[in-house]
Amino acid sequence: MSVLIVAEHDNAGLKPATLNTVTAAGQVGGDIVLLIAGTDCAAAAAAAAKVAGVAKVLVADAPEYATMLAENLAPLIVKLAPDYSHILAPATTFGKNLLPRAAALLDVQQISDISGIVDADTFVRPIYAGNAEATVKSGDAIKVVTIRATAFDPAPEDGGSAATETVEGTGDSGLSTFVGQELTKSERPELTTAGIVISGGRGMQSGENFAMLERIADKLGAAVGASRAAVDAGFVPNDYQVGQTGKVVAPELYIAIGISGAIQHLAGMKDSKVIVAINKDEEAPIFQVADYGLVADLFQAVPELEKELG
Amino acid sequence: MKVLVPIKRVIDANVKVRVKADKSGVELTNVKMAMNPFCEIGVEEAVRMKEAGTASEIVVVSAGGAQSQETIRTALAMGADRGIVIQSDVALEPLGVAKLLKAVVEKESAELVILGKQAIDGDNNQTGQMLAALLGWAQGTFVSKIAIEDGVLKATREVDGGLETVALKMPCVLTVDLRLNQPRYASLPNIMKAKKKQIDTLSPEDLGVDVTPRLTVVQVVEPASRKAGVKVASVAELVDKLKNEAKVI
Repeated sequence: MSVLIVAEHDNAGLKPATLNTVTAAGQVGGDIVLLIAGTDCAAAAAAAAKVAGVAKVLVADAPEYATMLAENLAPLIVKLAPDYSHILAPATTFGKNLLPRAAALLDVQQISDISGIVDADTFVRPIYAGNAEATVKSGDAIKVVTIRATAFDPAPEDGGSAATETVEGTGDSGLSTFVGQELTKSERPELTTAGIVISGGRGMQSGENFAMLERIADKLGAAVGASRAAVDAGFVPNDYQVGQTGKVVAPELYIAIGISGAIQHLAGMKDSKVIVAINKDEEAPIFQVADYGLVADLFQAVPELEKELG
Repeated sequence: MKVLVPIKRVIDANVKVRVKADKSGVELTNVKMAMNPFCEIGVEEAVRMKEAGTASEIVVVSAGGAQSQETIRTALAMGADRGIVIQSDVALEPLGVAKLLKAVVEKESAELVILGKQAIDGDNNQTGQMLAALLGWAQGTFVSKIAIEDGVLKATREVDGGLETVALKMPCVLTVDLRLNQPRYASLPNIMKAKKKQIDTLSPEDLGVDVTPRLTVVQVVEPASRKAGVKVASVAELVDKLKNEAKVI
């Protein structure tokens, strides 16, 4: 058995979810091989070789992989697949975009966003916004699986000394081109890996009011998130969204401000270690999952919280 | 341009899902069903394209039980032109659905396929990408903005760090995210009109597709539930508990 991980990276280094995927691969068993496909990606490959538990790093350094287009990457995965029993990627927008395309070309039914591994063929995954948990067994020769990063600890970034091997690129598909990106600029930690997350909901009433949460985030070294209601209302961009159709987070501390706690939101944060809810509605479902609940008007409580934190 | 919009019938997003006692799945009997919310966004986008003169015909397709007809009627009432039900008694997986859709795309000579990015039942987020792969077409996933110019479709995608724009050669497959548009409610006259629109029924056999499941469901259970904690009386008490009891700040 051997596991191929399609690493998410930015050519300069690995994205954090790749490390959680390495841990999941370790639970599957067998040799762990990391694929770094990119352009001028030697630094990312060097980082991959150091990750504890990685046996080998495959480097496909070619112009067609510069912007991680699924149309170009999927054929590379298909070319490498016959040597592996499992192909894994993190269930980030990178993995979600790419892996099903490769799975279909391999005629494999992918298993998405797994939160547990029973054995090499059998996986646990949340369905219905996490309101049910399915255990499924794959009958396909190759298992293609995406990993819910919050369900697995990150593998240590150091301690490994994997050999590096070069693989040829598969060329440009000619189907798609990268035009540009507009990334949210933030000095704060990334939402999915932050130790503390403070999120606002519809109760925030406006985008400007999120500045209150940002000030607290800066004091705590936290990331700022939002419920879908706040995104729908246009208060904050979609990449803030925590929930079934947004990001899944599991920080040490999750602070929900003015969030009612719809099941779709709970799906994205209920595995947090400690949950705090501040909401003026005593009946809000968020209080059913909160370790500490404060029934209060957020416009009074949040400035007070800022002051208390010093 | 002919646009194909695959749609799925799922448990209504507002219904509390219950796991069956025998752990074989979730309870679907006597549960309110609705069109998957992301599919509604896909239908809406196609209807807007038709209103703008970009789309010439909108065909909606749904695979599943006979009741998928109802979901198709909803899409027809929103403005789609006709429907196709692919009736299957076998529980369908995304790969099987993608194969069925490929056959329909080829039969219909569709030039653009718009799907929801994920269905809120299985939360798989696979079908659109798989369909694009099987057709050998470009894919624009998690799309929040679309512009078509000179045979190239520019799609703005919701990615983890923000937004990304890609240019796709047409024909192509799109999967839509929630900020693309706000779906309309069907008006009563349009609901009446939709009753007269054509719906064809096909089977996987008609399309020559093997939909035998690849996965076995071992069990479906309720997740470990979280217990409600305590209510605190003040912000000061909250901060004290976080510092000294939970020790998280």
